[in-house]
Amino acid sequence: MSDVLPRASELGVIGCHVCGLVCKDIGVDGAHCPRCHSALHYRKAASYSRTWALLIAAFVLYIPANVLPIMRTVSLGDVDDNTILSGVVELWVKGSPDLAIIVFTASIMVPMLKFFALVTLLWSSHRSSTWARQQRSKLYRLVELIGYWSMLDVFVVALLTALVQFGLLSRVEPLPGVIFFGLTVVLTMFASMSFDPRLIWDGRESDDR
Amino acid sequence: METSPPLLICEHCDTVYRRRELGCGEVARCVRCAAVLDRYHRLGPGAMFALVVTAMVVFIQANIWPIVTLGFNGQLISTTLWGMIVMMWHQDAQVVAVLTAATLFFFPMCKMMLLGWVLFFARNGKRAPGFRWAMVTLYRVGPWTMSEVFVLGALVAIVKAHTYFDVIPDPGIFAYGALTLLITIFAGIDTRRLWDATEEQSA
Ligand SMILES: [Zn+2]
Repeated sequence: MSDVLPRASELGVIGCHVCGLVCKDIGVDGAHCPRCHSALHYRKAASYSRTWALLIAAFVLYIPANVLPIMRTVSLGDVDDNTILSGVVELWVKGSPDLAIIVFTASIMVPMLKFFALVTLLWSSHRSSTWARQQRSKLYRLVELIGYWSMLDVFVVALLTALVQFGLLSRVEPLPGVIFFGLTVVLTMFASMSFDPRLIWDGRESDDR
Repeated sequence: METSPPLLICEHCDTVYRRRELGCGEVARCVRCAAVLDRYHRLGPGAMFALVVTAMVVFIQANIWPIVTLGFNGQLISTTLWGMIVMMWHQDAQVVAVLTAATLFFFPMCKMMLLGWVLFFARNGKRAPGFRWAMVTLYRVGPWTMSEVFVLGALVAIVKAHTYFDVIPDPGIFAYGALTLLITIFAGIDTRRLWDATEEQSA
């Protein structure tokens, strides 16, 4: 059934990424949308290489983000460093398992899902795989929808640092892990933005049905 | 047919459809990839403008009022969003300070101001001066506003602090809660249709 639906690239039209206008392809490089003047492409420029590069960079930063502590609590000379995972464990132990699950999902599950999902999408689309295309499309939209919730822990650390400043009695300081984590989130967001979901449906037309 | 055939292209899979008017509550989905193509919009530009103005008022309050106060040993400490940003800057986490300022202040602010500007003129079917620039900027800024994530973050921070300190929620956190509600309403609105709802002036 889906092979009777015409695709824009077959009809010689391009949908503008920015404003959605349907533009006729005039076959010129560097064409611009007549309505919003944004550059027109059939597919996002260098989608594979850009997404891979951003994803690898994000993964490299993701390691220190998890290994290094993100927050230090000092109270009466007692120093306690927290990593992302130990923060989750602390919430769980101190009697808030529901919040522990939320933080675990936002800070650990979501970034992992993003890495896993984008690698799967890049790899399968590159091979023009026809496997589970609709599910892969949905997976991409899920990644786009939930990706930015990972910033949660960064805001927790920032708010606690600003509040807990009772001098020698009790103090919270941010540690480098939180910087790596913030950058990981930004890079994975750029990575998912540079992936073009239409690549999932491109491929050997003979395999289409 | 020659000038602009009423076509619609699915952003997620490139399938071409003929555009049609949707009835109340209807949502058009792509047959190929199941993405939402178009949905019926209950709110006209006038109502959307009123919403943006409300969101702006709430946003200003969320930013100037303190968010939470902590009490410890008779000492009270409260913070605003900007107090948080300045503190991160001074604690050698400038990257976090910049990220926080951008995603919780500058981008949301920019988004609301541009939307307000565009909608103010769109109420009469007109294109605001700088319409094209405003719409392209809105598209770029879109994914980088995180006020709703901050509300959840504040909740987590409050629960964590509650073990050791007295926690007193301040008006700022309620303003943030209200803002999240307004943002949720906005999330379902496709601003792209403003391109079609307004007409270009010859100038
Ligand atoms: Zn589609």
